[in-house]
Amino acid sequence: MAGVTRTPTNLTQGGKTKAGIGESTLRPDGTLKVTGEFAYSSDMWHEDMLWGQTLRSTVAHAEIKSIDISEAVAMPGVYAVLTYDDLPTEVKNYGLEIQDTPVLAHKKVRHHGEPVALVAADHPETARRAAAKIKIDYAELPLITDEASAIAPDAVLVHENRDDHHIGHVPHPNIVHRQPIVRGDADAAAERADVIVKGEYTFGMQDQAFLGPESGLAVPAEDGGVDLYVATQWLHSDLKQIAPVLGLPEEKVRMTLSGVGGAFGGREDISMQIHACLLALRTGKPVKIVYNRFESFFGHVHRHPAKLYYEHGATKDGKLTHMKCKIVLDGGAYASASPAVVGNASSLSVGPYVIDDVDIEAIALYTNNPPCGAMRGFGAVQACFAYEAQMDKLADKLGMDRVEFRQLNAMEQGTIMPTGQPVDSPAPVAELLRRIKAMPMPPERQWESSEGADVRQLPGGLSNTTHGEGVVRGVGYAVGIKNVGFSEGFDDYSTAKVRMEVINGEPVATVHTAMAEVGQGGVTVHAQIARTELGVQQVTIHPADTQVGSAGSTSASRQTYVTGGAVKNSCEAVREKVLEIGRRKFGSYHPAWATAELLLEDGKVITDGGEVLANIVDVLEDKTVELELEWRHRPTEAFDLHTGQGNGHVQYSFAAHRAVVEVDTELGLVKVIELACAQDVGKALNPLSVVGQIQGGTTQGLGVAVMEEIIVDPKTAKVRNPSFTDYLIPTILDTPTIPVDVLELADEHAPYGLRGIGEAPTLSSTPAVLAAIRNATGLELDKTPVRPEHLTGTQ
Amino acid sequence: MDFLRPASWEEALAAKAEHPTAVPIAGGTDVMVEINFDHRRPEYLLDLNRIGELSEWEVGEKTVRLGASVPYTRIMENLRTELPGLALASHTVASPQIRNRGGVGGNLGTASPAGDAHPALLASGCEVEVESVRGSRMIPIDEFYVGVKRNALAPDELIRSVHLPKADGPQQFSKVGTRNAMVIAVCAFGIALHPETRTVRTGIGSAAPTPVRAREAEDFLAAALEEGGFWESGNPIPPSVAKQFAQLASGACNPIDDVRGSAKYRRHAVGIMARRTLGWTWESYRGNERSAQCA
Repeated sequence: MAGVTRTPTNLTQGGKTKAGIGESTLRPDGTLKVTGEFAYSSDMWHEDMLWGQTLRSTVAHAEIKSIDISEAVAMPGVYAVLTYDDLPTEVKNYGLEIQDTPVLAHKKVRHHGEPVALVAADHPETARRAAAKIKIDYAELPLITDEASAIAPDAVLVHENRDDHHIGHVPHPNIVHRQPIVRGDADAAAERADVIVKGEYTFGMQDQAFLGPESGLAVPAEDGGVDLYVATQWLHSDLKQIAPVLGLPEEKVRMTLSGVGGAFGGREDISMQIHACLLALRTGKPVKIVYNRFESFFGHVHRHPAKLYYEHGATKDGKLTHMKCKIVLDGGAYASASPAVVGNASSLSVGPYVIDDVDIEAIALYTNNPPCGAMRGFGAVQACFAYEAQMDKLADKLGMDRVEFRQLNAMEQGTIMPTGQPVDSPAPVAELLRRIKAMPMPPERQWESSEGADVRQLPGGLSNTTHGEGVVRGVGYAVGIKNVGFSEGFDDYSTAKVRMEVINGEPVATVHTAMAEVGQGGVTVHAQIARTELGVQQVTIHPADTQVGSAGSTSASRQTYVTGGAVKNSCEAVREKVLEIGRRKFGSYHPAWATAELLLEDGKVITDGGEVLANIVDVLEDKTVELELEWRHRPTEAFDLHTGQGNGHVQYSFAAHRAVVEVDTELGLVKVIELACAQDVGKALNPLSVVGQIQGGTTQGLGVAVMEEIIVDPKTAKVRNPSFTDYLIPTILDTPTIPVDVLELADEHAPYGLRGIGEAPTLSSTPAVLAAIRNATGLELDKTPVRPEHLTGTQ
Repeated sequence: MDFLRPASWEEALAAKAEHPTAVPIAGGTDVMVEINFDHRRPEYLLDLNRIGELSEWEVGEKTVRLGASVPYTRIMENLRTELPGLALASHTVASPQIRNRGGVGGNLGTASPAGDAHPALLASGCEVEVESVRGSRMIPIDEFYVGVKRNALAPDELIRSVHLPKADGPQQFSKVGTRNAMVIAVCAFGIALHPETRTVRTGIGSAAPTPVRAREAEDFLAAALEEGGFWESGNPIPPSVAKQFAQLASGACNPIDDVRGSAKYRRHAVGIMARRTLGWTWESYRGNERSAQCA
């Protein structure tokens, strides 16, 4: 069902090169992964290595009265036990934007599972047992768990003595960041509304649930530095946070990316990196740390749970008049990416619609809940869940078709965002909706067969809960908008080093970046770009490390755009150098060297008319051309702290979904039958990967719609389900057919016209499923995930 | 931790007598999880994998003797006719990998109320064959579950097999989880019609401290079927009877609120499953009666 609708492109360079951009070349890691041969970071081993173990707090908020490590240290096989007092320098905190996270807890712990002590031992079991022998005396403190407790007059401060750059503009020290956006006059516009719809929505805490737990290996080096092999999303960001804590210059902390088993935002923050380095430098031995699944749930940040309060108005002919909203994100105990998530949630809170008069406020709280930060969709997911529910309510109130109502208000190229920023590339929102609506519907009662009910097609599946009894079909639509790349004035650059040389009589390109391949397919795309730009077949992708400049994060749907852009840019510069060498060498033999546009195709220098001038091998001979260049997309601006105005975003990405569900209305069980998606990708560099990303993002959105939630006990702020037994993610039986309709409307500002794609499908999938369940049940359902209790009134 | 590897059943019994704290391990699908998470550090592990007979089954005239370690996959593939309820329950156990390793002995040994086999075992009216160096005994399934994760085994006893009556009527099993596969039961319900004795047996999982039968529901239904002559007529069961049966089944629950579901939901869902599974079994019984009459 998946397919790509193409618009013609006019590539001059690389149009004839095989396995270049636009082809579905296979990923080099694909077969290894499905056959179990891929080496993940947790598979690393070093002669003489020790195992590191983290001891984590068993309470959410407490003063540490004392730590007694004597029994642990005395255990045979234990090489080191470290606490806060052992940190080697004055720098004892780290953090993506605000350095508020202690490497090891100091005097107090602020959330359940906070690292307090480290052990290195010659066996993982010994390390675990030694950690269990460390005695910590806690004196528990009052808990901050929600907005009310955070901003209460007598609220305990989660962080005393804040001195970060947000403290000046937040209304309370338990608020990390606040971003209002005011445009037009929402109150005056509300007067024009014929209908007004208000809603309160709750979005649960989702986990990235990547399959490869946090892991890495730190090897002390003879120069006093350390070599760190680790699964991460952004090597250079880690490096900037690791080196100061170790008291080492950055060049003495050499990082290499090891096999990453998924990330989805959850590896943007530091986990075991600093801990392993500290233990390695202390013991003088290589130290490996691997979290088990239980610890992994405490080892990374989660998606912000949110409360969203929305008011929309519309005229009776279906035009949106205004929107007011307040979005409260729970950032948990440490800032992580909260400020940027606030920026996204506020600036994308209107959705892909035209509303001139808005009054928006988004905040992130400091609480004693688990820290939350980056996850696929990053603030835009929570907003989309709420505004799409609002759109359905408005359409219903107006008696309009839900899709037509959206189309009537859909943004397009030229629309002004609530931040005042014009949308200056295609925004085919109405068209995406048209396409998903036009897709054929899956047949009714498809579980029926001559041999009775096929329970696999029914809610409950093989658990055999219904043979059709109580089952009602529902259909729902949703569309969303996600920004691509880092926003708000961030210097969001990438670096690519590209080399061209002759090896064994063949021209070969080597691409070296620090891009973290976390499973998204970046390395595949880089090879395609190099083939296209350099006209070669052999491309070597150098392992990602910190010996080359930063590639930025593998997040924000940005890597194909930004590091892909950097690879393209460096390849173009290398190509120019190769042509220069050719001109010097052969220019006198053929006038076209000076007059024609020259291309590298199929190992040859040709004119744009197709005439072959030379073999690349003969041009280069034993010469090597190598360039390392930084590349930047258009700069962005910060949002004004009071009005939210500013050209904050680089690019937008749009996807729309139609969900078809069968709901067992008596048992409250849901089977999503189909989740059709239409998305504009600008240009599909690798169509197969594009479809894979869309299907994956769609499924992750389905997960949070019907099952995924980290449950935190409000009385203790402790996580109740840190396991895959009780944190459920969709199995293949929960994953519906996902027909994908891909549009390619080029963004002229982006390399090849491409659009970042990884996140948009995660946005609209959730509200589409919710809308379909509401359609089947007639229930309001203002919370995600939907549980059987919500559908049966048995909370 | 010492790892004991008896080569025969007799050696296993001797080892268990010598080390009553030894934890038997066969498929390891429960025990290994507990060990990996450090929830349990037994002094001895008693590996039963070398004892081939535990993975065998015998189909007799009236009963199936099911070795304690027969994997769920085997039950699904080979015993669907004789043990339809247990075969349906086996289908819902975890993932294919787990079903290839785990068996009924493990469910009984752990005696968690969430074990998927229990409702079907209760509904079948089976007996558990346990043995020690002191001798062998049969424990009726109704007396097997004695508390939260506790069973009627003496410290020196091992589970050898389960003796299940071959189905003499339709059986059904239904389980609610919050995803469509590979999920621990929020609650489950098993039912078996026993036309030979004109009785109905049930089993409820995950909705009380132990697996339980809905005895009042069973008695009510048996009486209603008897009085109305339904066993002979094969007439449809009146909705009022099905409803009352469902309510009594729901009433047999004594559930808790936990991270997997609310107590209220569990009661509600058991009622729905009771009504539906009764409907399916009865339809199947009627179908069989009708085809028997035609023939």
